[in-house]
Amino acid sequence: MRRQVPLLITLVVGAVLIIAAFIPRAPFGGLGENFSLYFDIIAVFAFLLGGGNLIRIHGMRLVRGVGMAITEAKKGGGAWPLRFVIEFPFLAFGGLKDRRGRDWFFSLITLLGFFAMLAAGLLKLGNPKGWQGNVTTPGAMFQEFYDSMFNPLQATMYALLAFFVASASYRAFRAKSVEATILLVTAFIILLGRTPAGAYVTAWMPESLSFLTIPNLANWVMAIPNLAGQRAIIIGIALGVIAMSLRVIIGIERTYLGSDEK
Amino acid sequence: MAENPTEMKTGLFDRLMRIDRRVIFVFISVALIVPLFFNVSQRIQVSPEVQMLNDAMSKVPDGALVLYAMDYDPPSAPELQPMAVAAFKVALAKKFKMVIIGLWPQGPQQANMAFETATHDPLFKDVKLTYGVDYVNLGFQSGNEAVIQKMGSDIPTTFPRDYAGTPVDQLPLMKGIKNLGNFDFMVNISAGYPGTREWVQFGADRFGLKMVSGSTAVQTTEMSPYVGKQLLGLMGGMRGAAEFEQVSGYPGRAIKFMVGQSVAHVIVIVFIVIGNIAYFATRKKRGA
Repeated sequence: MRRQVPLLITLVVGAVLIIAAFIPRAPFGGLGENFSLYFDIIAVFAFLLGGGNLIRIHGMRLVRGVGMAITEAKKGGGAWPLRFVIEFPFLAFGGLKDRRGRDWFFSLITLLGFFAMLAAGLLKLGNPKGWQGNVTTPGAMFQEFYDSMFNPLQATMYALLAFFVASASYRAFRAKSVEATILLVTAFIILLGRTPAGAYVTAWMPESLSFLTIPNLANWVMAIPNLAGQRAIIIGIALGVIAMSLRVIIGIERTYLGSDEK
Repeated sequence: MAENPTEMKTGLFDRLMRIDRRVIFVFISVALIVPLFFNVSQRIQVSPEVQMLNDAMSKVPDGALVLYAMDYDPPSAPELQPMAVAAFKVALAKKFKMVIIGLWPQGPQQANMAFETATHDPLFKDVKLTYGVDYVNLGFQSGNEAVIQKMGSDIPTTFPRDYAGTPVDQLPLMKGIKNLGNFDFMVNISAGYPGTREWVQFGADRFGLKMVSGSTAVQTTEMSPYVGKQLLGLMGGMRGAAEFEQVSGYPGRAIKFMVGQSVAHVIVIVFIVIGNIAYFATRKKRGA
């Protein structure tokens, strides 16, 4: 029964949604919408589970890490709290020998950030309009956290990509084979063509050869070879999704149910 | 005794093969930071996709009802925020009635920031907008493509309240809006899933939504197959944003940032060339 019931639910929901897509009239159209509503309800639980899981994982790492850090501090003898404070930078930032205890300080920051945002949003802390106001009202703590911390921190993380992409390009783009050379030339064209620098480099070309200017070559690469490849991928993925969906609906594909072991 | 010149050269090339990444980081930092202090303007050639997008937006009648779906978050903001700002400026100029939503939790907040930047432009200082009448922000709704599907049949039940918690039936603008078919046009700014692809598949294809999109440079290649029929135009990355700012007549941050990006790209190319010269110069030695 543990496997039959989910299989039956999948079969019914899958079949109804397919029929609803082709016959958007009652009762199928309405049923399709109702299933979308059930999806929303499940999504809410997923949010709760996500938050709970974050607390659980980082809470465990924090408890384990702090425990190991205290043990490490006690090894030195004397007053361990004082030693803990003195050796804090070492104990907090990867100094522990056991890998499982490292990075506990980052877990602490994660949990503090999570609870601070949660409290600011739920309790509407510092909201100029009080309980009636929106959490995004200028001056509200939630909005302040968002503008002053969340926004720049996330932007910084993403901005670091520019540096790693530059370093990786230097190391990876070597003309080691014909294929690698084609990739290298294409990368050159796109890198230059997607900036105004590309236009300057080939600005001297006569009008009759304008199709050879870097921006036009970049547009050609994007519009012809790239488009052909992307269409092939999209069609391939779509066929794969159809095949996989049918396998799941019919019940051939059962890996999503977990293992057979009880 | 003097060193053998051939060995010296090989040693130099060996070093050029293994340039420390921190050296590259310094060059990229300088390339990105220095141009911010200079007011250099560059001529930006507008791509066919962005020209199409601008033409499509220009054809939307003044006062039309337009859906703004902002599906991105702060990490993608450097690329996408200028697009959103420019798209809102076009809306202000053409007096569009705007309904803003987000399939990403931070999308509506980013939309608010972009909207504020657009309204603070001196060009629009005389434009007076009333929330609920001229524009609404319905906020975020979880469910990804299921949200789009539900919006196709019933928007008020999909978004029963707006971003501030006001019931949508109390918002005058929302009175006549039942489903996606009521919108004259749609602008989607997308950083991934759910985003442009889902709007095309579940909105444009199924409900005939006329839409344009702005996407991150990384996913532009994936979106380009939709340009023409499902997408009436596409801006890709910061370059796309700069092109749109130029062609729409509202220059902003993207055009300014393009100088840094140009220099950074040239530096990357120079390092790639150095790496390849060193690779070929040391190939014989490695093969021996």
